[in-house]
Amino acid sequence: MKVAVITFPGSNCDYDLFKAAQQVGGDAQFIWHRERGLESYDAVLLPGGFSYGDYLRAGAIARMSPIMEDVIEFAKTGRPVLGICNGFQILCESGLLPGALMHNISLKFESKDVMLRVDRSDTMFTKDYTTGQVLRIPIAHGEGNYGADDETLKALEDQGRVVFRYVDRDGEPSDEANPNGSWNNIAGITNETGNVLGMMPHPERAMEKLLGSTDGLALFTSMAGSIQPS
Amino acid sequence: MSQYRIEVRVKPRPGLLDPQGKAIHHSLNSLGWEGVNDVSVGKAIYIEIDADSADTALATVEVMCRKLLANPVTEDFEVSVVDEMELTSS
Repeated sequence: MKVAVITFPGSNCDYDLFKAAQQVGGDAQFIWHRERGLESYDAVLLPGGFSYGDYLRAGAIARMSPIMEDVIEFAKTGRPVLGICNGFQILCESGLLPGALMHNISLKFESKDVMLRVDRSDTMFTKDYTTGQVLRIPIAHGEGNYGADDETLKALEDQGRVVFRYVDRDGEPSDEANPNGSWNNIAGITNETGNVLGMMPHPERAMEKLLGSTDGLALFTSMAGSIQPS
Repeated sequence: MSQYRIEVRVKPRPGLLDPQGKAIHHSLNSLGWEGVNDVSVGKAIYIEIDADSADTALATVEVMCRKLLANPVTEDFEVSVVDEMELTSS
């Protein structure tokens, strides 16, 4: 599995993602945002961080990078594209995913572990989880409040494209369990074809027991297992 | 050909929660200002651009707003000319 980790000026979770891809047997490569060419890769990962200092809006400048044209083309081929945190913001800004990520309702940068419920275990990113499984995964963001127009939100729910939701210990999506004000406690969504996933929480920071949780590991094993050897 | 200075005002869409506006509203209240009914926070962007007419300049900047300066999901925008300087051909 050849995995591209796209790095922008201001990315800061790129090494975590690189290591996560390696941990599941991936041949990971960093691709600088000004480089071109993703044809030979099996998966593309957009890391968290503060690309371009979050100027204008988080992700707004990064999506103008030359490599993003290739990411859009890559996504059209049905191969997996995963954007985490700032990566999710870039996917929304680039139009690969609908909606937008606004300032947290608390106005604070939220950095803590949250509970996530897996609402879909039939995607290429979640097949090694079970539906309804509750995960403990860290978040670290100031702009993670997911919203979209009513029509888009209805489509996301009707088409079962909400993959992860913020929940309490009992697996219920309560207001108390919602760290940023996201509509319907949305933490992660896919595109219509299911091969582009954006999520605010950081599964790549939950890969080793020593670091508090291994609940993120199955996301990367799922992705590795979904890729047809080329 | 003139150089136009265009002001772009990007504002949160009405109805959407504006946590920055809310925080400032609370601060104004706690400083003793009463009768403040609402506060919302947007941003202003100034662009200097060469164009044949004010209309052309505004139309160009509107395209910029749709493509980059505002997020259509969460923000509205307004554009206006704040200054015009004729370019002398030398």
